Amino acid sequence: MALQTLIYLVVGASFLLYISIAIASRANSTGDFYVAGKGVHPVANGMATAADWMSAASFISMAGLIAYLGYDGAVYLMGWTGGYVLLALLLAPYLRKFGKFTVPEFIGDRYYSQSARIVAVICLIFISFTYVAGQMRGVGIVFSRFLEVDVTTGLLIGMAVVFFYAVLGGMKGITYTQVAQYCVLIFAYTVPAVFIALQMTGNPIPQLAFGSTLVDSSTYLLDHLDELVTDLGFTAYTDGSKSTIDVFFITTALMVGTAGLPHVIVRFFTVPKVSDARRSAFWALAFIAILYTTAPAVGALARMNLIETVQTGPVGDPEGNLLFSERPDWFDTWAATGLIAFEDRNGDGRVQYYNDSDPAFAERAASYGWAGNELTVDPDILVLANPEIAGLPNWVIALVAAGGIAAALSTAAGLLLVISAAFSHDLLKSVFWKRISERGELLAGRCAAAVAVCLAGYLGYNPPGFVAQVVAFAFGLAAASLFPAILMGIFSKRMNREGAIAGMLTGLLFTLGYLIWFKGVIIEPMAADIPENWLFGISPEGIGALGMLLNFAVAFSVSAFTQPPPAPVQDMVESIRIPRGAKTARAH
Amino acid sequence: MTEKPESPKDPSIRPDHSDYWRANLRLVLRCLAIWFLVSYGCGILFVDFFNQFRIGGFPLGFWFAQQGSILVFLVLIAYYARAMSRLDRAFDVDEE
Repeated sequence: MALQTLIYLVVGASFLLYISIAIASRANSTGDFYVAGKGVHPVANGMATAADWMSAASFISMAGLIAYLGYDGAVYLMGWTGGYVLLALLLAPYLRKFGKFTVPEFIGDRYYSQSARIVAVICLIFISFTYVAGQMRGVGIVFSRFLEVDVTTGLLIGMAVVFFYAVLGGMKGITYTQVAQYCVLIFAYTVPAVFIALQMTGNPIPQLAFGSTLVDSSTYLLDHLDELVTDLGFTAYTDGSKSTIDVFFITTALMVGTAGLPHVIVRFFTVPKVSDARRSAFWALAFIAILYTTAPAVGALARMNLIETVQTGPVGDPEGNLLFSERPDWFDTWAATGLIAFEDRNGDGRVQYYNDSDPAFAERAASYGWAGNELTVDPDILVLANPEIAGLPNWVIALVAAGGIAAALSTAAGLLLVISAAFSHDLLKSVFWKRISERGELLAGRCAAAVAVCLAGYLGYNPPGFVAQVVAFAFGLAAASLFPAILMGIFSKRMNREGAIAGMLTGLLFTLGYLIWFKGVIIEPMAADIPENWLFGISPEGIGALGMLLNFAVAFSVSAFTQPPPAPVQDMVESIRIPRGAKTARAH
Repeated sequence: MTEKPESPKDPSIRPDHSDYWRANLRLVLRCLAIWFLVSYGCGILFVDFFNQFRIGGFPLGFWFAQQGSILVFLVLIAYYARAMSRLDRAFDVDEE
């Protein structure tokens, strides 16, 4: 069957599946809409959390980024998994015991203050919209390549599907849809990885192939790769080029940010018991780890594949590079999306791919008659193009398309839901219209979700950067604002309203300010984004960790000079520390 | 929602859970120490030292950074969930 027909078939079938699940499990009450009635089995919740969590950035961009970053890519791998340890040990069980619907609700109750709740809503909206913009951009990329429509049409289709099941099904609908989406995306991710691992090393398990020797050779894959990239002037693959302090801070910002992301935290509100929240965190990480341990293998294999495709002979040999006229088909299919570009700078009709920003190597390259790097490949396409680069059968390519869409849709839906809950539950019901009926609140939640879908689509159309980078900022903001407030709310009985609000605002404004200073989201950047300009050598990606430290420092100082929290609040802190007495939403 | 506060109003009849909480904190700190050592220690701060050793084709520090730490995280959460369930039962604060 033709590739295009196959893709339509597989993607269409997956949409049909999600929509029928959403119809079968649509929400009837606000409890269903916000937390799926708190009746989700921990393993199912773990799977749904994994799909919710693994976004377009994880599926599409991460392996590509690792392929370019080499060792430095570990910041994403450790950062985006280590956060689950923090979640399981420090937040999830206690928040489940607290037993309400949203993260701002916890902050509002714990800090006995509507203002704290509203500050938390503002943080949540900043975080979630930054994140959802990245997802929508991911949806656009996948659609534009695989469905051969332009990015705008792709976005509109994606918005329509998310709209349908997030608005209709609420948390209950998206939870079970996400279980299905997890299965689709993990299958789509591992199948090509297994094929490619087998092709290149003879070992079908990517995690092991990564450390194996190459087919017909006794050279280890990583040693060979190190040699290939250093020959072309790049940093060795197993070596990093980021400074240690930057790697440290980025990892921390991503870890803590993961634990502070509202759409992840809220997933632990959906299980029946406190002990289930802990177990569920384990299952979530287990399902995530399948993809996250495969990704670095995919990254290494893809980098090698790409270089060997272009550098067909010895470096410096006039015949050593791929003739442009003999380029493989995927060059053209992806060039159409603008994500891969070739420019014959030295006019020899061949493709040179090397590190021309390294002055020493650029000089050597000039002696070969090379006039600069001629091939630019956007990291976002490596995973998607990988099956084509490796020449895998068409059904694998169709599967990857469906997987990429599943990853983006599941995360977008989870985010839209926390945004709508923040509007209908934390703003409308608690501040503006306290006597709204449950039906009214449910309707308001659905309307808020609908508006959020449209806004997200707009942001996806005008994205402030490429997918993984946009998403990385959401973590910084979460790490600096929500995580410390929740953590102190559980582990410090003395922390009070004044301290928490001051801390959250400091963390949020500092981090946001630093990001805008160097990246200029709305305005032009104020300073060049280079290590010489960074505070203590910490890049904007890692600044959330510093924001978190500031948050703690400000919160503890302010609370030391203000009144301790009232007795009922201290009793509430006592009570969330003890598992006994966690009720399900069905009990009343 | 109509949920009522869990703890009784009169503090004199409230059971004392401070031993349970201290035991929990000790467990959490132990787990976090391992979490820190594996990821930040082996994978970032001392990565060059560990890279002198190899397992298969991996330099060890690189392996910890890209594979090992994730596996250790998983084991840690499993251990914590089990140990906490035991602790809940031992201090009689588990969910019936």
